[in-house]
Amino acid sequence: MADLDVRPAPAAPPVPVPPAAPSADAAARARAQLRGQIADLERRLSDTVIACLPYGDAAASAPALPAGLPLASAGPHVLDLGELERTRDELADRLAAARAELHHRGEHAERARARLERMRLAPGQHRFARVTRAELGEGRCGVWEVRPRLGLLGMLMGWWEVKLSSGCP
Amino acid sequence: MTAALAIRDGGVDPALAAELPGLGLVFAEVPAPGGTRTPDGVRERLRTLAERWSGSRAVTMRREPVTAAYRAFSRHVGLDPDVVRPPVEAVVLERLLHGGLRPRGRIEDALLVGALETGVPLWSLDADRLDGPPALRPSRSGERLGAAGDGPDLPAGRLVVADARRPVAIVLGAVADGYGPTPTTRRLCVFAVPVAGVPRIHVEEAIWACAEALAA
Repeated sequence: MADLDVRPAPAAPPVPVPPAAPSADAAARARAQLRGQIADLERRLSDTVIACLPYGDAAASAPALPAGLPLASAGPHVLDLGELERTRDELADRLAAARAELHHRGEHAERARARLERMRLAPGQHRFARVTRAELGEGRCGVWEVRPRLGLLGMLMGWWEVKLSSGCP
Repeated sequence: MTAALAIRDGGVDPALAAELPGLGLVFAEVPAPGGTRTPDGVRERLRTLAERWSGSRAVTMRREPVTAAYRAFSRHVGLDPDVVRPPVEAVVLERLLHGGLRPRGRIEDALLVGALETGVPLWSLDADRLDGPPALRPSRSGERLGAAGDGPDLPAGRLVVADARRPVAIVLGAVADGYGPTPTTRRLCVFAVPVAGVPRIHVEEAIWACAEALAA
């Protein structure tokens, strides 16, 4: 009698399985989740843009849409998953850029405040130095400047003071 | 007249309602006012409303709940609210640029009163031109905006306000030629498109305020 061959049969080569398409429910859930993320990013972007406002042009802190992204001219329609993802990513980029701008402006304002403080402590050592209120993030108009008190006489006598001029017409 | 105001809900395409919960259409039919000149009382009310929108409030309005809801909705439907401002934001921006609200005619001013009181934008249609109550739906392939043969083509899927026959307005956008109020209009269909995050009471208040201004 022939010996029984008990060796395991060679494994069949794996058949590649295409990734399952997400079910309609799963896709709808994903779209709803993305919409939640977009609403959240929009709220944060608004907060950041508003925080940038004292420093000047808010538009600068909300960069324009890069080319190739959903445009307003497309008109209102239900976005598919890809469009929602692009919208979310683009908003996240804009938020990051706005926050970087806010941070940059904050640092610039901090340096301007320190400079103003030095001007106030020793105006004679900072003759005719200027710090604008825009640099301080306090609006567009007004300049802090070290000026001689009583004009030429103050200049000759070394009487210096820090004055705020309106700086706007 | 406003005591008898019946505020109704228009239909929303079920797939659209499932996709964008909170989206709706609320409307009321009101008699069209006689004449085009805005009454002094409404002008005064608009002036008072304009004064409420100081520069600081205008720049922070995007954070107010109703405005924020419309901004988020704009993003959800592929509009950039920093490019195409939501209607009330656009009006407030115009108020800032011009130092006030310029008169636009009796009906437009009444719509503005309701919108500025609540933040909910309003539109109006000639009710007698409509075939059935207005509803929200995506446009179908080959449809045009309005009845005119030269009305703009609509790509399939555009969100529109439609009557039983055809699209009569784009959501958050233009009303089709021939469907807006004219000097011969007898009844107006004043409508709002509430979105998620906009309380119902704001929507009704907007329509009431508009109806009162129309009846003044």
